[in-house]
Amino acid sequence: MDFRSSEVVGPQGADLLPASATMAVKVVIVGGFGVGKTTLVGSVSEIRPLTTEETMTQAGASVDDTAGVERKTSTTVAMDFGRISISDELVLYVFGTPGQERFWFLWNGLFEGALGAVVLVDTRRLEVSFDVIGRLEDRGVPFVVAANTFPESPTHPTEELRAALDLPPEVPIVACDARSRESGRDVLMALMRYLYDLSAPPPPTTMPASR
Amino acid sequence: MSAADQGWGADNPERLYVITRGRSGLTEQTTFDLVTLVVSRSEPTPTMQPEHAAILRICGSPLSVAEVSAYLRLPVSAVTVLLADLLTEERIEARACVPRAVLPDIALLEAVMHGLQKL
Ligand SMILES: Nc1nc2c(ncn2[C@@H]2O[C@H](COP(=O)(O)OP(=O)(O)O)[C@@H](O)[C@H]2O)c(=O)[nH]1
Ligand SMILES: [Mg+2]
Repeated sequence: MDFRSSEVVGPQGADLLPASATMAVKVVIVGGFGVGKTTLVGSVSEIRPLTTEETMTQAGASVDDTAGVERKTSTTVAMDFGRISISDELVLYVFGTPGQERFWFLWNGLFEGALGAVVLVDTRRLEVSFDVIGRLEDRGVPFVVAANTFPESPTHPTEELRAALDLPPEVPIVACDARSRESGRDVLMALMRYLYDLSAPPPPTTMPASR
Repeated sequence: MSAADQGWGADNPERLYVITRGRSGLTEQTTFDLVTLVVSRSEPTPTMQPEHAAILRICGSPLSVAEVSAYLRLPVSAVTVLLADLLTEERIEARACVPRAVLPDIALLEAVMHGLQKL
């Protein structure tokens, strides 16, 4: 066996979570190749981003418990993720994927239990986002759209973007710079506010009483 | 050396089969979410499967399933199989993630927003 337990180095120093951490939630950043997902995860994460992998069957292949052994067409999909400590008890994980969008939805449990998703788009290549948006809508995963501002990207008025992406009026669209922590934080905040509006009983005109 | 250089277990189906004793991890994934927090409840023993020992060693403070996968360089499905073994033997504690409601709880969202403001 080539695996030695002692060779596995776990988290060190600031990467350790306090013993009081009892609950974790996740959001998923989706978008086409090169739109800035890895950059965004790295900007908001308080730990050096990590990579996790999953092996999955090809689309359409049967996924039942006994099929594991004879799977012939399996693919490895990697995902990078970061972490934000919300409080002593609560931790937020942010997952981003390196392309291969057709596999995200095969990843068991990636979207299940996620608070929501951020669709990161590059306004020069909006077409790569159509499929992702459609799939999130099919699955009922709430999402916001963040337009990453590359220097060469044309700046579209929000409503033009909305029309181009065929988004319903309530889905928030925000501009962001994936390299900036503040900007990345604002994107996550936009998602949380949207989720809040979806969850809060109407009317949504007043903010909750502060505690 | 990066994780990619060392090679993930996912590249080696035979090795993965040995580690998980042929279990796919699909059943275990109903117990373990990517962000279920895992904490060791006992010390590794010399006779233990090395992967089990490694998990107990790195989970002295809470770690998510995704982090365990990253540090062990094993696919999530293989890690959930190993974690299920350890949970059965009560060698780890699994701090379940938030219940899978259709929409998240208002108080939870308020807490997340408050936390993000400090970032
Ligand atoms: N100018 C600019 N470049 C960016 C921005 N976000 C990402 N990039 C660059 O775009 C490239 C692709 O980003 P990456 O995060 O790897 O994209 P991914 O494939 O979606 O993970 C990298 O070279 C980044 O440095 C941004 O907001 N502004
Ligand atoms: Mg990437």
